[in-house]
Amino acid sequence: MATLLSARDVTKRFGGLTAVNKLNVEIEENSIHSIIGPNGAGKTTFFNCVTGFYRHDEGTVLFKGEPLDGMQPDRITREGIARTYQNIRLFQNMTVIENVMVGYQSHLTSGWIGAVLHTRKQREEEKLAVEEARKMLGFVGLAGRGDWMSKNLPYGDQRRLEIGRALATSPDLLLLDEPAAGMNPAETADLMEFIKRLRAELGITILLIEHHMQVVMGISDLVTVMDFGEKIAEGTPREVQNDPHVIEAYLGRGATEHGPA
Amino acid sequence: MNQSSKFSWMTPVTTGLIGGIVALFLCLVGIVEASLNRFVITGILTTGQVFLLAVYAIFVVQAANKATPRFSEERSPLRILASGAIAGLIISIVLAVFVLIGQQIDLRGVFIHATPALYDLLTFGLGVPQGIFVLLGFGILMGILFAVLVLLPKALRKSIGVGLIAVPLLSVTYSALFAGRGLRLPVAIAVFLIAAVAIYLWDRYEKPVRKRTQSLPSGQQRSLRIGVWILAGLFVLALPLLGSYPSEVLVITGIFVLMGLGLNIVVGYAGLLDLGYVAFFAIGAYVMAIFTSPEITWFPITTSFWIALPFAVLTAMLAGAILGIPVLNMRGDYLAIVTLGFGEIIRLIALSDWLKPLIGGSNGITQIPKPTAFGLAFDNPQKLYYIVVIGCVIAAFIATRLKYSRLGRNWMAIREDEDVAQAMGIDLVRNKLLAFATGAALSGLAGAIFASKLTSIYPHSFNLLVSINVLAVIIVGGLGSIPGVIIGAVALVGLPELLREFAEYRLLVYGAVLVFMMLRRPEGLLPEARRKLELHEMSPDVAE
Repeated sequence: MATLLSARDVTKRFGGLTAVNKLNVEIEENSIHSIIGPNGAGKTTFFNCVTGFYRHDEGTVLFKGEPLDGMQPDRITREGIARTYQNIRLFQNMTVIENVMVGYQSHLTSGWIGAVLHTRKQREEEKLAVEEARKMLGFVGLAGRGDWMSKNLPYGDQRRLEIGRALATSPDLLLLDEPAAGMNPAETADLMEFIKRLRAELGITILLIEHHMQVVMGISDLVTVMDFGEKIAEGTPREVQNDPHVIEAYLGRGATEHGPA
Repeated sequence: MNQSSKFSWMTPVTTGLIGGIVALFLCLVGIVEASLNRFVITGILTTGQVFLLAVYAIFVVQAANKATPRFSEERSPLRILASGAIAGLIISIVLAVFVLIGQQIDLRGVFIHATPALYDLLTFGLGVPQGIFVLLGFGILMGILFAVLVLLPKALRKSIGVGLIAVPLLSVTYSALFAGRGLRLPVAIAVFLIAAVAIYLWDRYEKPVRKRTQSLPSGQQRSLRIGVWILAGLFVLALPLLGSYPSEVLVITGIFVLMGLGLNIVVGYAGLLDLGYVAFFAIGAYVMAIFTSPEITWFPITTSFWIALPFAVLTAMLAGAILGIPVLNMRGDYLAIVTLGFGEIIRLIALSDWLKPLIGGSNGITQIPKPTAFGLAFDNPQKLYYIVVIGCVIAAFIATRLKYSRLGRNWMAIREDEDVAQAMGIDLVRNKLLAFATGAALSGLAGAIFASKLTSIYPHSFNLLVSINVLAVIIVGGLGSIPGVIIGAVALVGLPELLREFAEYRLLVYGAVLVFMMLRRPEGLLPEARRKLELHEMSPDVAE
């Protein structure tokens, strides 16, 4: 399998704090890869470096073999990376379908003049955009909700919409930042199925930040564990679960010495 | 039971006290006195009295509404009536105390509007003490009357309310336009009845009628829609028949509609708070002046309105894009301050001695010709009105088309969450500059028309207040809403233009209206509506 994204010695500092320290991660194509770690371990900071919202101070991020360093976020999205947010960030005062259409916009080309004059090209594009967005709503299970204001959706549906919006950009790599946060067990199980479907049906590679161990252990091919900005372990879910460094990071130093084996 | 669900007899008292203070305030700033001879109903009711009645109405209704505690089902009519009566009485007591004090001490040294005429009005011309008793009785009567309104079923309440508002509005408009002395009593009653019945019927039959039209075949629906548009168009085209002064008001309103439509793109769609919008208006006006005024000798071309117009629009557009570049990374309040500065810079440059040889400094530029077309001079407001209407129609067309396009959605996404918008692949630089440039172009168009309407321009016409006015227009109308801009301009520019003798209170009313709107209807008079795209058949624009 080929490597889709590789981070090499990525370092991000905020003043005196090193949020991400010489991180090396390789994401295999068509895999589900999780990043876990205690709060403040630098997981979301790493996401922000990959998507261009932060400029990392050192190191490089390669996507399909090309460096992304210094690119604007919109450019990186067009290269094929999409993301969702830890705290859902929808375009609240736009309808559900419009949210998806915004995600779809980078596939459209018509501009100011096309819009004002309603050229044939623009009309066809709009029609296509609506159709594609409808399909996407169907895919994420929001058919029939398209004309709702997105802020009026229930919580679980907002998560789905956020993923649908990200998918509308047709990414090769999807970054999900704690998608199971605030979900009950049934919703969590649905989400796991959904993530697997993404890979199976759309062939998308998924990078996941998650605290929900059931999700991480249930669907990940590979798990990277971070603590204090550094990678402390990496491996299959089973390997990571038994790694003393990981147990230490989560439960404190005493845990490995005195805890049950 | 939580606290807010308890009822206290102090509530109507405090509500009445606030009402009394408001009424007193209106008296002391002179609104009541200024309108002694301005009749709403000829010989019966003056504008000032209407203002006082409105205070009674607003606060009595408020008190009566509070008589039914929140989360409580029980509605006690007696308590509602009593609350209303108490509030009304308290308002009257405040006014009565004021009259009594005024009789003893001469307040005019401080409050120049505390005149005998005012006391006379408040005591119904009966003097102290009889008038005081009448005033108190009047307060109780008003309290009970308006509280009864609260008790009525909703449909009836609404139609009576609208009827009561329609009479003074129509009367004031009529008097201003035709130098009338208010509506005669039978006419006023007729207006009240027509408005009330119309609203009642509208509420009752609007939905079924709408449903029926929606079930019509799409061809018929289309012709119906075209018919409505033609009727509306004819109405708009017929407006100048009202005469010269009304047309003048319409032209000014139209110029604000034009600016509002432009600013609505920047603030309403893209969420970029621009307080220096007047700059582009000024640039449009100055370019028009430089191109057309024979006074400007250094500029090689002296041409007509129509040739200068595209240059005015393009220059403003360019200026919009140029202003956009330094503020690309600014958000919210920072952006507001920088654009504010830009607006002032343009005005100060126009005023400066430095450019005085070129654009006249504080003397401005005069002798700007009126537009002509096909040998026809647009030399009076009635004719100019049509140019403004054409401008507004083009602007509204562009704004609508852009709103429901990829660009419009991108703008709204930027308004909602700039970071996420960028993460959706939206090029912020390009999209923001397009918003600034489009808005500026429409402002430039408005400025160009403004210049040739006045035939002379001065830097002081382009002050911060214009930017604030336009912003107020779109906020009151409903941010992002195109019909809202028109309603907002009529309400905040057209109406005050008609109420000339209240000109000095214009900002006072502005402030009050804005505060009220932000508290009670933050989404504006005609809020932005989103088009249904999923379940509804495709909108006519997208379908075809």
